[in-house]
Amino acid sequence: MAHDLDEPTAEPGRGPLTTPLVVLTKVNKHFGALHVLQDIDLTVHRGEVVVVIGPSGSGKSTLCRAINRLETIDSGTITLDGVPLPAEGKALARLRADVGMVFQSFNLFAHKTVLENVMLGPVKAKGVKRAEAKERAVELLERVGVANQAAKLPAQLSGGQQQRVAIARALAMKPKVMLFDEPTSALDPEMINEVLDVMTDLAREGMTMVVVTHEMGFARRAAHRVVFMDAGQIVEEADPETFFTNPRSDRAKDFLSKILTH
Amino acid sequence: MDLISENLPALFAGFRLTLQLAVYSGVLALALGLLLAAMRVSPLRPLSLFSAAYVELLRNTPLTLVFFFMYFVAPQFGVPAFSFLWVAVIALSLYTAAFVSEALRSGINSVGVGQAEAARAIGLTFGQTLSQVILPQAVRSVIPPLINVLIALTKNTSVAAGFGLVELIGVGRRLSTANAGDPWVWVGVAVFYLLITIPAGLLAGVVERKVAFAR
Repeated sequence: MAHDLDEPTAEPGRGPLTTPLVVLTKVNKHFGALHVLQDIDLTVHRGEVVVVIGPSGSGKSTLCRAINRLETIDSGTITLDGVPLPAEGKALARLRADVGMVFQSFNLFAHKTVLENVMLGPVKAKGVKRAEAKERAVELLERVGVANQAAKLPAQLSGGQQQRVAIARALAMKPKVMLFDEPTSALDPEMINEVLDVMTDLAREGMTMVVVTHEMGFARRAAHRVVFMDAGQIVEEADPETFFTNPRSDRAKDFLSKILTH
Repeated sequence: MDLISENLPALFAGFRLTLQLAVYSGVLALALGLLLAAMRVSPLRPLSLFSAAYVELLRNTPLTLVFFFMYFVAPQFGVPAFSFLWVAVIALSLYTAAFVSEALRSGINSVGVGQAEAARAIGLTFGQTLSQVILPQAVRSVIPPLINVLIALTKNTSVAAGFGLVELIGVGRRLSTANAGDPWVWVGVAVFYLLITIPAGLLAGVVERKVAFAR
């Protein structure tokens, strides 16, 4: 590769990105006959924002979900802050508490209010006192701009509002890294930006993020590094400027020509 | 009609025993069924396999056979002989738990997989995911099939009449024999069954409305 990607350059206002936080080594996964992750090596540094793009079925969502073991892998290793992902059980639950996840379909707990959604993790998984958890939940809901919806059930909110609550719910656990699995793909166009704005702010504040998305504007604006996947492989990775203006692989060129025309 | 009013004390005694069988077995079957359903959806394969095997075995076996087993076979393997009542309660509970488990499992499956993933993603354990997120949402769709199971259990208590317990059917048989097969005896017996099953259905409706929420 042309660039030394193990040591991405720091941007003004951000610390140097030198501490590996999430490390995937030779990760393989099959869905039946489909080899959905093929020898994936990827290191995400503390404070780094990695955007994963690629055509449908390229394995990018699976990669994202494997990092908190919502998908198991067949071989290879994934470590978080130096610790390999545990198998099922309490150790895995503790690890997941350190990894925030935002889903395409929001997945807010349908029977709980917005406020309870954000409080549940800290109270049940971390043993935080209810009063303290509530205070922090209100703070987070204010930060994502939906504090006035706190008493409502998720179904009463718009998609954009639900997704911002989902981000607050993940942040409530004070995660070391946030995973975003196509967070705007299920949203109406006019709601995409309100979610991307929250994510951009998070990135500016130095949150470590792995973002699977089709939002190229976000990738340009907030990413340190773009990872392009196709057919289960990482085909190319580069800083956003280089990737979008001067992609090296034919597959990346082909993909970009298809999505950047509109 | 006179026959019923004249024999009300006997019918009441039978009713009491039937109610006891239904309530005790119902509580035990719900507890055991919940455990079986939790095992079935757990990530531990041995537990899940055990639960699946149990459910297949018990729900495909005639209840009478379960009673025979509890009364005549189990004692030979050192299972202590309880009172007739408790042997019947255990047989009914073991049998009904299989159906409770299946009703709960279908309810659990009716809750989107994303709900469980989100719960796991914020660090909840398997038990917390089930109790905090999945079961509260499954309750609503589970109430109607669960009440069906409990109504079936109430009627199934009649099998105990063949095993030395004079519950409603047992009382009916005695009265019928004593009164030259007067059909009113059975009308009386039927009314007492309805006294259990109809309120159960009404209760289900109330609970169902109470746990309803917008999705």
